[in-house]
Amino acid sequence: MKILFRLMVFTGKYWVLLLLAFVCLLITTASGLAIPWILGEAIDTVASQGERSFLIWAVVVVFSATTLRGISAYGYSYLSVVVSQKTCYDIRNKLYEHLQRLSFAFHDQAQTGQLMSRATTDVEAIRMFVGRGLLGLIQMFILFIGISYILVSINWQLALLTLAFLPFVGWRAISNSRHIRPMWLKIQQLMAALGTTLEENLTGVRVVKAFSHQAEETQKFSADTTLLYNEHIRVARQMALNVPLMVFLISIPTALILWYGGQQVIAGTLTIGNLTQFILYLGMMAMPVRRLGFMTNLLSRTISAGQRIFEILNTRPMIQEKIDAIEAGILKGQINFEDVSFSYNLTTPALKNISFSVKPGELVALVGNSGSGKSTIAHLIPRFYDVKSGRITIDGIDIRDMTIASLRSNVITAQQDVFLFSATIRDNIAYGATSASKEQIIEVAKAAYLHDFIQSLPDGYNTWVGERGITLSGGEKQRLAIARTLLVNPSILILDDSTSSVDAETEYLIRRALDKLIKGRTTFIITHRLPIIKNADLILMLKEGQIIERGKHDDLLAKNGLYQQIYNSQLSVTIVSGETQEEE
Amino acid sequence: MYQGGRGGPQVHGTFDADEDEALGKVYNSRVIKRLPKYLGPVKLWVALGAGGMMVRTLAALALPYLVGIATDKFIQAGNLSGLNIIAVAFVGVGLLVWAGQYLETLFLSYAGQAILYRMRTEMFAHLQRLSLSFFDRSKVGKLMSRVQNDVQQVQELLTSDVLNAVTSVLTLIGIAGVMIVMDVRLALLTLTVVPVLGVVIVIWQKYARRAFIRVRRAIAMVNAQLQEGISGIRVTQSLSREEINLRQFDGINEIHQKANINAAKLQSLMMPLVEILTGVAYSLVIVFGGYQVLAGEMGPGVLIAFLLYIQRFFNPVLELTMLYTELQRAMASGSRIFELLDIEPEIKDSPQAIEMPLVKGELKLQQVSFSYQSGVEILHDIDLAIRAGETVAIVGRTGAGKSSLVNIITRFYEVDKGAVIIDGYNVRSVTQQSLRRQIGIVLQDPFLFSGSIADNIRYGHIDATYQELIEAAQIAGAHDFITHLDHGYDTLVGERGSNLSAGQRQFICLARAILANPPILILDEATSNIDTNAERLMQKSLHSLIKGRTCIIIAHRLSTITNADRIIVLEKGKIVESGSHQELLDKQGLYYHMCEAISTFTKNNMFNL
Repeated sequence: MKILFRLMVFTGKYWVLLLLAFVCLLITTASGLAIPWILGEAIDTVASQGERSFLIWAVVVVFSATTLRGISAYGYSYLSVVVSQKTCYDIRNKLYEHLQRLSFAFHDQAQTGQLMSRATTDVEAIRMFVGRGLLGLIQMFILFIGISYILVSINWQLALLTLAFLPFVGWRAISNSRHIRPMWLKIQQLMAALGTTLEENLTGVRVVKAFSHQAEETQKFSADTTLLYNEHIRVARQMALNVPLMVFLISIPTALILWYGGQQVIAGTLTIGNLTQFILYLGMMAMPVRRLGFMTNLLSRTISAGQRIFEILNTRPMIQEKIDAIEAGILKGQINFEDVSFSYNLTTPALKNISFSVKPGELVALVGNSGSGKSTIAHLIPRFYDVKSGRITIDGIDIRDMTIASLRSNVITAQQDVFLFSATIRDNIAYGATSASKEQIIEVAKAAYLHDFIQSLPDGYNTWVGERGITLSGGEKQRLAIARTLLVNPSILILDDSTSSVDAETEYLIRRALDKLIKGRTTFIITHRLPIIKNADLILMLKEGQIIERGKHDDLLAKNGLYQQIYNSQLSVTIVSGETQEEE
Repeated sequence: MYQGGRGGPQVHGTFDADEDEALGKVYNSRVIKRLPKYLGPVKLWVALGAGGMMVRTLAALALPYLVGIATDKFIQAGNLSGLNIIAVAFVGVGLLVWAGQYLETLFLSYAGQAILYRMRTEMFAHLQRLSLSFFDRSKVGKLMSRVQNDVQQVQELLTSDVLNAVTSVLTLIGIAGVMIVMDVRLALLTLTVVPVLGVVIVIWQKYARRAFIRVRRAIAMVNAQLQEGISGIRVTQSLSREEINLRQFDGINEIHQKANINAAKLQSLMMPLVEILTGVAYSLVIVFGGYQVLAGEMGPGVLIAFLLYIQRFFNPVLELTMLYTELQRAMASGSRIFELLDIEPEIKDSPQAIEMPLVKGELKLQQVSFSYQSGVEILHDIDLAIRAGETVAIVGRTGAGKSSLVNIITRFYEVDKGAVIIDGYNVRSVTQQSLRRQIGIVLQDPFLFSGSIADNIRYGHIDATYQELIEAAQIAGAHDFITHLDHGYDTLVGERGSNLSAGQRQFICLARAILANPPILILDEATSNIDTNAERLMQKSLHSLIKGRTCIIIAHRLSTITNADRIIVLEKGKIVESGSHQELLDKQGLYYHMCEAISTFTKNNMFNL
């Protein structure tokens, strides 16, 4: 209930429209109720040889009632869509905004598919409820009260006989949909499983073919499909028995009206017109009562959808900006880690008491095994995560005192796994600096050795990349990321170089582009390859979240520590392989 | 996976170009002609379902008629026993409706689900037969939507849509028929509203169709934007672009909202139309029917029956307008499905293809030329002979044709000219399955399936014993880290192996190849996606792996292949050098220069400030 209430807050903004929709609904219901009544009166008139002129009146009333009903139904239908669409527009925007704000810690845990389904399927459930359920339930109630009142006032015995069946039908409808709901949920899960099998098979087609696994894969898929088939058949059995049952249950009161009402007509205590009214009113009730099952399902779907949506909206971004946060402006890049500790999951610390200091423009290398904490340090500087204790300052200011945007415009991470958006190459380069001029974009593309390649494409800078565009090679993507970063012109740069899937030539181009990129910036580089960081101003050797060795290359080699060990082992591989015999 | 560079498959096919056509023609003979094949096996169910539907429709039509009879023949006449009979008959007809609808729902679901099952498995099996060149051209998302959504649409067309249309039409005709039987003049008068409704609906359809297409496009746009917003979140936050993205999303969200509201405007328009026409029909019946009753030419029961029929008349009409769009959608889906099913695999086993017995692994390429796209030849007249048990490394620049060579040896692609011969068998003369059993491939991108680690290693040799499984993992160097995982070999691999590092995944792929125990092993950039530490470990495993097999290694990093028996240097689709590491260095040719370039580069390969 609390969730429904919170959802209604979104709708509440449009209460005027909602009220209008409700007024339309009232008019629809009222004029709808008038029609069977006047039809019955007309029949009585003709059956009892009454006045011809009454028929004209009846026609006028029927025609105006249907017209009024039509127009108000239009108003209701239109307005309820407007309200529900506007509500969902707000919820969707809110969700999107919130997802954009949530920190890495949240996105590490979340699966894209899951988040997607909240923003699509769950929002859709809420739209259905706001559009049809909310006022629909009220209408059903008014209709029931209205019809009961009219029927009782015509003939209470017959009314009781008729209405007695409706709660039973309603109950059947609700219990039927209660039965079917878990089956549908199961079907949805099976569909998802089928989707996974399919997707894996299609993305892994090379492996499937290489191992000649087509027959086994088809068997697996058809096993999944069989499960789905069986579940669908279960639903069909349930539906086949119950849906027609409700139709039948509605026809019993009609028979009773005919039988018992007919006797009363013969006895003279009821008119034929009244009999007709009973049958027509019952017809009006049949549909809403049968839809009761749909409505209760809608309600429980909406509540669970709301639950899932609020689960996201209630998650506070771990990274919060202080109210009095300052604009950092352009920083010089003097970075201090002061006794910094951090942990991803509260139990195992990822960093323990890290302290170091970097002057503007220096090159810092972070080395160590995977899990040693080098990436963690890189993530803390742009404040993707917050330190647990200690502090990080840039140019003497605690990074938590700066606005997040102004901090991050100074610290850029060039990720290894370059993400391209479905947009033109130009837009992808200008992703972080949308106001950049064409000249600036070309300039950075040239600096990243990407310009010639872009020029060779048929549409040049307007070539579409990403999901619906052309595929770029790993090396091209990395150079695009470099161009992207150059355009933002940050004072602090973080590079991840832990793997490299490109050939030597491409790597050479990337390296030259990188050389340009790091010039004049404070740079952190994460790498496994020790030879490339010989020139670093500071090398931090990490192990289990602690700095175990620090200094320049020559100092560390002289130390006979882990750095020297790893350096030598890497060198020996290269020597054996003959790659760099002249190295020493 | 194989997007190594310009040299890889870059064909932009036509298969994806047909998109966004959400609605097709209402009647597409190409689709209709194919349907009997699917209906045939379930024709008994369809017949039972259709029979049930007929019973239900006709019985439902009889109910108002019974009311009319009851009024005129018995109530007016004061015939109590007749009234009893009618009431019982009424319940009886009600039971018929129940029975009819029961048969209809049950058997049509049976038939529909059976068709769905058959189409899905047929499409999946067909996809398994298609060649790699097809998958290079097609996006996974599109193919998935064929198997999932389009099949669903066609199933609905075959079972519910068509029969709903028939029910609706039958109901309309039935109502008209009963009315005419009861009173011809009044019936014809009432039915004059039908052509009016028909004309309005035809006009309405045109606008509505456009509005619905716009809604579907808008939904697709919102989904795409969401998807990207979520998967690209790290870049977005790194570059502080949240505000701009929000504005963009807001724009698309608003287009979506407007498209929906616009469609609702049109859809709601049907309500006043139907209501007013119902009002007209009621009025006609009251005035003209009323006068006839007053004149004594007609009983009031007929009047009541007419009114009840009018109450039931417009629902089927509305249903038909909805069905129109459904039909168009289903036809579009159908034509996409059959288009896919009609694509012939480019590589098929020849009718005389034989099972290739276990080979020793002697490999010959004779005068082989190859291209992905006609006109753009990738490999030119390659002649190459590899002895059984030999380890051959293939090097060359990006785009030289290294991966293409693998693609033709495994017959993932067909050669244009020349022949690939293994132990004297032309690869085209044997079944693909028996050919690929001889060849193990470890790819650059370590692809794992969801399931346990054990399942993944067993992938190429399902009935391997646990002992064999562990041995393979040990040879691959994967055993140690696997036993350190919480559930060891039973550890479940997450979505695309997300809970394992790239290196760990590659070790598992290696174990998978070892367990399959193929005489020929191909390592295609197997070590380039993993970090340097893992690579060093893998080099060790490779030694034991290549023993006793013919082995082809492709590598960017020359350091990984110096121990090969022979190194083949490819340049622009031709073999330009061949020999051992030392021979090639002495020769001072291309290989020497490549090594040279790398070593000078590596020497200066450090960050300069």
